[in-house]
Amino acid sequence: MSPALAAGAQIAFVIAVLAVLYVPLGDHMARVYTSSTHTRIEHSLYRTARIDAATDQTWGGYAGSLLGFTGASIGLLYLLQRIQGVLPLSNGLSGVSPAVAFNTAISFVTNTNWQSYTPETTMSNLTQMIGLTVQNFVSASVGVAVVVALIRGFIRAGGGHLGNFWVDLVRGSLRILLPLAAIVALILLTQGVVMSLHAAFTATGLDGSAQSLAVAPVASQEAIKELGTNGGGVLNANSAHPFENPTPLSNIVQIIALLLIPVALTRTFGTMVGNAKQGLTLLAVMAGLWGAMMTLSTWAESTASGAAGTAAGAMMEGKEIRFGIPGSVLFAVSTTGTSTGAVNSMHDSFSASSGGLYLLNMLFGEIAPGGVGSGLYSMLVFAIIAVFVGGLLVGRTPEYLGKKIGRREITMAALSVLVMPALVLVGSGVALVLPGTSNALGNSGDPGTAGGIHGFSEVLYAYASASNNNGSAFAGLTVTSDWFQISLGVAMLLGRLLPILFILALAGSLATQRHTPASAGTLPTTGVLYGALLSGVVVLVSALTFFPALALGPLAEALL
Amino acid sequence: MTAPSTLDPSPAVTDPAGGHRVTTGIFQPKQLVAALPGALRKLNPRHQARNPVMFVVFVGSITSTVLAILSPSLFGWLVVLWLWFTVVFANLAESVAEGRGKAQAATLRQAKRDTVARRLNPDRTETLVSGNDLVIGDRVVVEAGQTVPGDGDIVEGIATVDESAITGESAPVVRESGGDRCAVTGGTTVLSDRIVVEITTKPGESFVDRMIALVEGAARQKTPNEIALNILLASLTIIFLLVVVAVGPMAAYGGEQQDPIRLIALLVCLIPTTIGALLSAIGIAGMDRLVQRNVLAMSGRAVEAAGDIDVLLMDKTGTITFGNRRATALHPVPGVMAMELAAAARLSSLADETPEGRSIVTLCGTDFQLPPELSTDERRAQFVPFTAQTRMSGLDLDGRQIRKGAGTSVLAWTVERGGTAPVELTRLVTEVSQRGATPLVVTAAENNCKAAILGVIELSDVVKPHIAARFADLRAMGIRTVMVTGDNPVTAKSIAAQAGVDDFLAEATPEDKLALIRREQEGGRLVAMTGDGTNDAPALAQADVGVAMNTGTSAAKEAGNMVDLDSDPTKLIEIVEIGKQLLITRGALTTFSLANDLAKYFAILPAMFSGIYPQLDSLNIMPLATPASAILSAVIFNALVIVVLIPLALKGVRYTPTTAARLLQRNLALYGVGGVLVPFVGIWLIDLVVRLIPGIG
Repeated sequence: MSPALAAGAQIAFVIAVLAVLYVPLGDHMARVYTSSTHTRIEHSLYRTARIDAATDQTWGGYAGSLLGFTGASIGLLYLLQRIQGVLPLSNGLSGVSPAVAFNTAISFVTNTNWQSYTPETTMSNLTQMIGLTVQNFVSASVGVAVVVALIRGFIRAGGGHLGNFWVDLVRGSLRILLPLAAIVALILLTQGVVMSLHAAFTATGLDGSAQSLAVAPVASQEAIKELGTNGGGVLNANSAHPFENPTPLSNIVQIIALLLIPVALTRTFGTMVGNAKQGLTLLAVMAGLWGAMMTLSTWAESTASGAAGTAAGAMMEGKEIRFGIPGSVLFAVSTTGTSTGAVNSMHDSFSASSGGLYLLNMLFGEIAPGGVGSGLYSMLVFAIIAVFVGGLLVGRTPEYLGKKIGRREITMAALSVLVMPALVLVGSGVALVLPGTSNALGNSGDPGTAGGIHGFSEVLYAYASASNNNGSAFAGLTVTSDWFQISLGVAMLLGRLLPILFILALAGSLATQRHTPASAGTLPTTGVLYGALLSGVVVLVSALTFFPALALGPLAEALL
Repeated sequence: MTAPSTLDPSPAVTDPAGGHRVTTGIFQPKQLVAALPGALRKLNPRHQARNPVMFVVFVGSITSTVLAILSPSLFGWLVVLWLWFTVVFANLAESVAEGRGKAQAATLRQAKRDTVARRLNPDRTETLVSGNDLVIGDRVVVEAGQTVPGDGDIVEGIATVDESAITGESAPVVRESGGDRCAVTGGTTVLSDRIVVEITTKPGESFVDRMIALVEGAARQKTPNEIALNILLASLTIIFLLVVVAVGPMAAYGGEQQDPIRLIALLVCLIPTTIGALLSAIGIAGMDRLVQRNVLAMSGRAVEAAGDIDVLLMDKTGTITFGNRRATALHPVPGVMAMELAAAARLSSLADETPEGRSIVTLCGTDFQLPPELSTDERRAQFVPFTAQTRMSGLDLDGRQIRKGAGTSVLAWTVERGGTAPVELTRLVTEVSQRGATPLVVTAAENNCKAAILGVIELSDVVKPHIAARFADLRAMGIRTVMVTGDNPVTAKSIAAQAGVDDFLAEATPEDKLALIRREQEGGRLVAMTGDGTNDAPALAQADVGVAMNTGTSAAKEAGNMVDLDSDPTKLIEIVEIGKQLLITRGALTTFSLANDLAKYFAILPAMFSGIYPQLDSLNIMPLATPASAILSAVIFNALVIVVLIPLALKGVRYTPTTAARLLQRNLALYGVGGVLVPFVGIWLIDLVVRLIPGIG
């Protein structure tokens, strides 16, 4: 099979599976969040936790519950890591250091899964299972809860109620993520992904020396790692590790898993607002960005450049032979576009152009198609801004899905868009002037050299990844210093919670409004024209914001 | 007194095909020069702080001036100069917009000079007081040649009044006590007779006072959508501020400190200065366009709401039809000659001075050559006037009785006098009604017996030409029109069909009207209506846009949020278009402003960074001569584009009524795609000149 055919077949397979699952999964999720009955397990959960599942919360109540849950999760996860040495299944690992525990607690609770540590030698199997894996589920469920609350803001007229956070959290975890994760884990097990409570086994290498190979309960966490767009690997090499991602088929399954929920949520949105085209239009914009990234990155990787690439005749440095260029590019574009952050190749080793594309893919604000829940809510914020500009262009006070976009709505939308660029620009700006940074860079060199420019990209990538809750790393950069641990931790926390708060406030404000019926004078928010407007707004806003930074990093390196 | 010179006498062009568009006031370049002093006065920091985008430019200009003084260079001083131009040009736009209103305000002030009022005491004696000392409820006497001292309603008398000071219309109007034409406005002049006026507003809050405040822009408050847009622009400004601040350390990492003046230049080019500079001018000009059409909006909010209207309530009479019903045909019953019916119809109407009666005489004259005047013989006739009880009128002449009137009354009268109802009559009456016309039945009797029905006169409402095309435009814009009429449902339906309205409210009472508005609003729709009578006031107040006719009562004018000085009910359509035009102008310039940034990046980034990374010079695609000329050209383009767009901001983007999808397509192509491309050309052209400056090129 020729490389082009192999690439095409893989992409076609991914798209075909997603297309088949789009309607059933999307509608299933819509039913989950609109159904009025609780399962028996849920009932007993609410009783135990003394939650009144019948309460319909305002945006303040919803946000309060979410913040409380997030705060408690961070605290408990921090504690668990610190005391893991005295708990069962520690396998001789002692407690995690405060800086790593702080960074990791925030990282997993905010669905970022940035890893400033080597899992095999840092996290015990107990921490992995009851700490990190649990957060993989609930942090993803929180993301969906927020977007569902926003959708309710659009569909509810008057009252300002957004549903119940606890119910949404539980249902998302139990009725959506858990069954899907079980299915994906089983498929991965068939491909040879390991699942073990042992710490390691000893093997004899080709050279005859003994090696200790780390194992862990991987398959269970691997499934939710992709499905929940988390991305934190159980093993340090993440999805490049043969125990996490052994075969081309497991690779494709992982790619499908990480795209599945973000894509299907656009259907959920369309179904809940009663117009499937609304969801399809957003999906088309997401797919357009994803497709553009795929095309450009495949093209960049197919032409050998740089010293290693030219010597080898192909851009294979940092890529696994079993995945090849198509399997690696497909994974990289999907993982940076979904705020997953799992990697099956080293993003640092891609061509400068591809590295820049992955950076840009995150800097769009994780919307192509974005993280679980977060992708859709970020896209909806862009949709509101596009509606505002487009609405003016047709001479009406802008309205989206029957709700007027007035002062309060545009304030909340603008604030939530403002957070990420502020964190990325301030974070990397400060990091670059700190004297310690140059020692942390994996690549450095005199100003103007490829190494020097690449070092810049590493720093930019770290803050882009943290602020967008992606979690993938451009490798190279050593982030164990207190500055990086703390600043990246804060970037992850603010990058997750501030937009969520603004979006819930936006949802609350929308939910108090009555519906305005659409007429021929209303801006149509479906179809090619609106899709083009929305894509234009997304590309223009991020391109304009990050053009200078990208020019000084990947662009300067690519043009060298 | 003449009309203010800036009032545009032909507010809208209507071509025979029914297509039309909102035209705009004339903009002359010399207005820019006249507005310059005002623009310089606006350099006051407190004024600048009201506009976040321009405030950043203002602070940037001050900072770069200080920097240029500390380390002078030709490039530095040129950038400083153009940064200050940017600030002044923005002020200029606002000044020009305000200047256009000031001329009108000056004319209005002449009408407002203090008048001596003749206050009527309870004992019917008069006291001379200053017009400013009047309070609500005072009664004043105004006689021919005197100026009305304040707004109020006539409680006694009738007079002709010259309202040209307010409306610009020189023909005098009649105002009388009672009814819907009792309101007089302070500053107008009584031309004949004597009236007693009860004052209804306090001095200083009168109609003229409000008008002056409005056209001067003093009362202008930012409208909700303008505030929302300002917030979006402010957050974009913050993002770009961060971008530029971050460029410092990022470029320094590459090994070169950036000249702060260059960073300020980059910042000013990136933030949305074009829309920021023109935003308030657009708002002022929008109000101004209404004033040019003789409409006074009591708030900018109402103008914006006009663009959002979903439902338009239109009175049938005077708006959709010419108003007075006219006789359009005679239908004799079988066995009666048409001439016989015409003769009877003419006779019965000769003494009928109502417009309907006169139109019957006219019809008999044109179609049957019957004389319109009474002959000598006919002067002996006894005329029977119309009463609400008989619902008939007619005359008795030489023992012959002729009557015309509503079908049932005439039939009863005929049967009493030995006549019968012809079989055909019911059919004729029904046919006429179904055409939306009113049937009048004509009968005649000899000495109160042998009565026989002669036929039916058809009175129709004549629908104005081209009105159906206007409604089609409105439908394309997504606006539903509802015709409101006192007619019966059959007549209403027929006229509604002729005029092409979407719906009608027949036999409407003021309460029905109010209920209809509430019902539409509960469905989330915005409703506009016009009205003039006191009983319209609740509906006018309830409507989102209520346009009161200037001829209407004080109560109606108080209740509405706009007043049409021409009292032309079709003006509502233009008001909607002006509201839309206002929003589109804002949207167009916002889109243009943002799209411009791409080209500015391609001008400035290679200029700033090619010192560090020479390979980035391949981004210099225009190509610009030197880094200094590139940055300077971008700054100059950014400043000049404001001036170039001032006329567009004042006149408004051209608006053609059509669907939202079409509008979006057109405006996105024009201002979005155009906004991306224009600056590439503009900056390149400016660079061709700038590169000639020694030390820059």
